[in-house]
Amino acid sequence: MLSNTLITIVGMALVTYMARAGGLWLMGFVKPSPRMEAWLKAIPGAVLVSLVAPTVLASGLAETLAALATILVAARTKKMLLAIVVGVGVVWALRRFF
Amino acid sequence: MVEQKEQEPAMNEQVTWSWAGMVRGMRSIIPLALGGLPDGIVWGVLAHHAGLSLGEVLLMSGLVCAGSAQFLAIKQWSVPLAAGAILPIIGTTLIVNLRYLLLGAALRPWFAHLRPTRTYLSLFFMSDENWALTMREFMEERRDAAFLLGSGLLLFVSWVSATVIGKIVGMAISDPMQWGLDFVFTAVFLTLLIGMWKGKSDLLPWVVAAIVAIGADRLLPGSWYILLGSLAGSLVGAITSGGEKNVE
Repeated sequence: MLSNTLITIVGMALVTYMARAGGLWLMGFVKPSPRMEAWLKAIPGAVLVSLVAPTVLASGLAETLAALATILVAARTKKMLLAIVVGVGVVWALRRFF
Repeated sequence: MVEQKEQEPAMNEQVTWSWAGMVRGMRSIIPLALGGLPDGIVWGVLAHHAGLSLGEVLLMSGLVCAGSAQFLAIKQWSVPLAAGAILPIIGTTLIVNLRYLLLGAALRPWFAHLRPTRTYLSLFFMSDENWALTMREFMEERRDAAFLLGSGLLLFVSWVSATVIGKIVGMAISDPMQWGLDFVFTAVFLTLLIGMWKGKSDLLPWVVAAIVAIGADRLLPGSWYILLGSLAGSLVGAITSGGEKNVE
């Protein structure tokens, strides 16, 4: 039975997989130049910066300060879990007290 | 145009595909999988309120397995689902997930010469989190491509489980904002970012990415800011670093 719900979910699944697989597939038709390799290498950092920038820099003082704390702990200790705990703790405390 | 005759990239040569790499991927993703649990539970609670059945929750989480797209879909959901709602929901899903094109493209140098079944199976399980960890692996000269599948499988299992738990918990969960749990992802991504810092040449691309992302977040609906910021920042990176001193 083809309900609207089923059509929608399967459609969502198809376009999502197309996006996941399409980028790598398309790159097969373009011969990567040094310039393109430089672009590919610059993507990871740019994506991560874009993901966090609105929260870190433009949502409030609590988030900005918590981000600073996270960055400090991450840079000093290289321990992800510790950095996460500190970041969440700081944002929780600041939202509570300010 | 200056044609730079560089030693060949040779990225593909030593890429391996092993059980050890898969297990390493699973292990490395554990903190992120745990960090994602609240997100999945929250989605499950919302899905419950939107009227999705347990079967529909399982089906969507298992087939789509993309957090932000699923949140947007739930916002537009109604019971019974009107025929007119089908295309908008599929359309926003596509737009939110367009960024995966970039992520997949970035994997090409390492995945190009794997067996297509392995590559395209792995890509089904690609998300922001395990992609970022996989890129870090590759940049640190570890070259086991099964890392992506291993980390993706664990994320898949934890996401589907979390959304089912959320569906069952239903109304019992309180506002996760109150506990600062929404900050988990930001903290995770910041930590990954610190690990990717290679020097001053990263500064300009990252600043541009941040400015464009914030601007787009203000001006445009949905998740366009991720795609636009990533494009702007990475293009600046391509221009400033050029093809001269890439491979270490």
